[in-house]
Amino acid sequence: MAEERVGVYICHCGHNIAGTVDVEAVAEWAADLPNVEVSRHYEFMCSSLGQELVEEDIKTLGLTRVVVAACSPHMHERTFRGACERAGLNPYLFEMANIREHASWVHAVDKEGATEKAKALVSAAVHRVVHHTPLETMKVPVEPTTMVVGGGIAGIQAALELADAGYKVIMVEREPSIGGHMAQLDKTFPTLDCSACILTPKMFDVGAHPNITMLTYSEVEAVEGYVGNFVVTVRQKARKVITDKCTGCGTCWEKCPIRVVDDVYEAGLGYRKAIYRPFPQAVPKYPVIDVESCTYYKTGKCRACQMFCPTEAIDFDQQDEVVDYKVGNVILATGYEQFDARRIPEYGYGRLANVFTSLEFERMVNATGPTGGKIMLRDGVTEPESVAIIHCVGSRDRRYNQYCSAVCCMYSLKFAHLVKERTGAEVYNFYMDIRTPAKGYEEFYHRLLEEGVRFVRGRVAKVTDAARGPGEEGKLIIQCEDTLIGKQRRIPVDMVVLSAGMEPRHDAEEIGHLFGISCSVDGFFIERHPKLDPMATMTDGIYVAGVCQGPKDIPATVAQGAGAAARVLGVISQGEVALEPIRAEIDEEHCSGCRICNTMCPYSAIDYIEELQVSRVNPALCKGCGTCVAACPSQVITGAHYSYDQVMAQIDGILIDVNRPVTAEAEVAAD
Amino acid sequence: MSNQNGNTKPKLALYWASSCGGCEISVLAIHEKILDVAAAFDIVFWPCVMDFKVKDVEALADGEIDVCLFNGAIRNDENAEMAHLLRRKSKIMVAYGSCSMEGCIPGLANFTSRDAMMQFIYHNSPSTDNPDGVEPDPDWAFPEGPAPLPKFWNTVKTLDQVVPVEYYLPGCPPEAEWTETLVMAAAAALAGEGELPPPGSVIGNKDTVCDECPRTKNEKKIKRFYRPYEIVPDPDTCLLEQGIFCAGYATRSGCGALCPQVNMGCRGCYGPNEGVDDHGARLITGLASVLDAKTDEEVDAILDTLPDPAGYFYRFGLAHSMLHRTDVAHAPKRDGN
Repeated sequence: MAEERVGVYICHCGHNIAGTVDVEAVAEWAADLPNVEVSRHYEFMCSSLGQELVEEDIKTLGLTRVVVAACSPHMHERTFRGACERAGLNPYLFEMANIREHASWVHAVDKEGATEKAKALVSAAVHRVVHHTPLETMKVPVEPTTMVVGGGIAGIQAALELADAGYKVIMVEREPSIGGHMAQLDKTFPTLDCSACILTPKMFDVGAHPNITMLTYSEVEAVEGYVGNFVVTVRQKARKVITDKCTGCGTCWEKCPIRVVDDVYEAGLGYRKAIYRPFPQAVPKYPVIDVESCTYYKTGKCRACQMFCPTEAIDFDQQDEVVDYKVGNVILATGYEQFDARRIPEYGYGRLANVFTSLEFERMVNATGPTGGKIMLRDGVTEPESVAIIHCVGSRDRRYNQYCSAVCCMYSLKFAHLVKERTGAEVYNFYMDIRTPAKGYEEFYHRLLEEGVRFVRGRVAKVTDAARGPGEEGKLIIQCEDTLIGKQRRIPVDMVVLSAGMEPRHDAEEIGHLFGISCSVDGFFIERHPKLDPMATMTDGIYVAGVCQGPKDIPATVAQGAGAAARVLGVISQGEVALEPIRAEIDEEHCSGCRICNTMCPYSAIDYIEELQVSRVNPALCKGCGTCVAACPSQVITGAHYSYDQVMAQIDGILIDVNRPVTAEAEVAAD
Repeated sequence: MSNQNGNTKPKLALYWASSCGGCEISVLAIHEKILDVAAAFDIVFWPCVMDFKVKDVEALADGEIDVCLFNGAIRNDENAEMAHLLRRKSKIMVAYGSCSMEGCIPGLANFTSRDAMMQFIYHNSPSTDNPDGVEPDPDWAFPEGPAPLPKFWNTVKTLDQVVPVEYYLPGCPPEAEWTETLVMAAAAALAGEGELPPPGSVIGNKDTVCDECPRTKNEKKIKRFYRPYEIVPDPDTCLLEQGIFCAGYATRSGCGALCPQVNMGCRGCYGPNEGVDDHGARLITGLASVLDAKTDEEVDAILDTLPDPAGYFYRFGLAHSMLHRTDVAHAPKRDGN
């Protein structure tokens, strides 16, 4: 260890680091750290010239360890490991110090402090790296089947890309039909394509594709394994309908006497039966029995559906099926939930009858919806003469969600157009900013301006039915500051549409936990890199697509679905994946068999060997999380690349007093 | 190897610093083997047993003592002075027993400060009767002349935090077989008939008490802890699994798992197993791993059934742990050492 020769490279990252950290001083100071052979600084270490600098020094100076102080290892650890490898050095003899995210960016106002911290981080890396040992990656074959979780447009796109490329796909959808939110929409902005017309062929393709196994009315219960070799446990909820016999004729739901408000597909605006198919174009075509509402499950009587079913497809005793699937990769496309407008009481949704949510309005304007496409007040007969559309409901609002939901401006414009087209009513858009950044969107906005839609800039304070004058009686009054004229306005209307934003699924956190990925503060899944790797996640083999990763419109969702599929195809076509050699290992000679680690492993990678009375880690299952390493009371479990010596040396290194000359370090013992 | 008495036997010294005396007795627990020791060594200093004076030690040449078994922690000037003196006079310095090796019970004083302890002992404890508020005065003088008392330290230290140490003999007190092993190995080596283990070695096993414990170990999930009087434990199953705190899982073996075999959880007196720096940290991390709890509230509820966790985890190892007095704002200033 004492004879290691460490090369230290401090990256300027343009002004990103050098603008705050005195990189020259850090490089000069680091040259005196123990074992450091050479210490340099360079403008862009990640450039080919920067990498060549490292390679050259390894060859000419005989470096045995390399430290690059630059950005996050998430960004460039692979880059520099590659440089080491090309020069003949085991890539795991490299260590990265993050002096950008951890120093220059977070201490931009304190140059001196940032420089001191950079020195400490470099010292930590230098102290650590001499304890590194060469490690070899392990190659494992990739199961070519992919699981797509979520049957909305993102999942559909991803599944079709993979299936068309010739690989098997297992699609898991929670609802009885695939289609997702897009299936509920009438028109899509800005082209006003019929949503169903462009979606249903794809749904049909998924259902009919020989490479796709579709598991609707199903949920993932457990996930085990690792990239290339996951085992996913899926619970297929009992439909109470034998799909092999069912023809989808519809007799059952015609005969069913129980009518239930359809909160999912019709957004609460319409009804379905206790046995139902969510919508006419549903894929698969088979209905399900909602056992909560069905009379048979309450009283043991009725059985109307069973009696009338021409193919005897109703099976009241059908049980859930739990099946394990072996898949190599997983694409999560779990979508979103609409912001619950009840949470903003001043807008009156749920209290004032003629306040609608955007999803209700989507169903209303849909030709197959509850009103047959007619725009009507809650009474079901009156056509409104004036409609207010309130933007940013639950979005861009510190009380609820800070983020912009990205689609509301455009669908609000679409609503305005549809109201104009179908009723001739006066339409007011209450907006903060109109955001129309994609292709053809701004043109659509201009078209609306020409159609005579009114735009009032300002966040609506409240919606009320308390009239103050004769013109307001029987109306809903929008109270709002019109910020363009600087005046408070009260605008009476017949109907209010709340353009509610997108929110993560209520159980996104749990789903993330199941698949070993995390959610951002907003609750959306975190991608591996927001710009350069938006489909992958920090867990190898788990990809994300669509709104579950963040608000986006249909084109972006489709692009991400296809992109995620492309990433998966890349892994499949390699045939095998290299697993990081960062794994736990138990020193069996010194394991006392206390079994404390046995229940700790989240990947069930630890076995207890009864005959030897020791525990053992299965290297193929271990993901190197370190839980057992921390748990082991006798410290005989070592995490490769995170050994006790390495971590303690790193701590010793970071606690160095950077304001002393390095040579005085040994004196810091006194207590 | 002869001295002024013409005695060629190697010289043995035994001393106690801050300790209970149990280690002194444990030396005698080797029973009749003590005669072998007496035959093999010339005992030059053992104030507990024979009448030696400090000046007898001072009269020896540096390095003249071959083996010194030093028990007890270092918590005042006198302890330190004797540690330095015996170190200077000895070839092989052995930290004998938990107090000198790890701090042991005296080391628990490091959870508080000297001043707080003095306040309690001389003024506030329920049994104290000290109407004049007398406290020990290190600089006390009688009219006839000064009679200084050893100055009490704020921080209890282990022997190796004060002087270099060759070997460690763990235990509270050490088991007789290991005392015998060490002393006879030293005698053999000094007679040129064997080799001593490398300096810095701990004389004992390398693994944990679980290794020697005959109880059956299963996967563990602990819902609550019991004190030994609260339940009658199953004699064949791991005590920890039954909710009785047992430090065996993180404690060096060598004792033969004596306590667990009589239904008492291991106290941890042999300190951490080979390679572990901080006994308490490992006890905590191991125990935290097997609590059957999902929420903070559940964790708290389970830990509420474990009285005095600091005492359980650091009963023996506090002075030697990584838990130094880093809280400068609240730790009293140190002097006297």
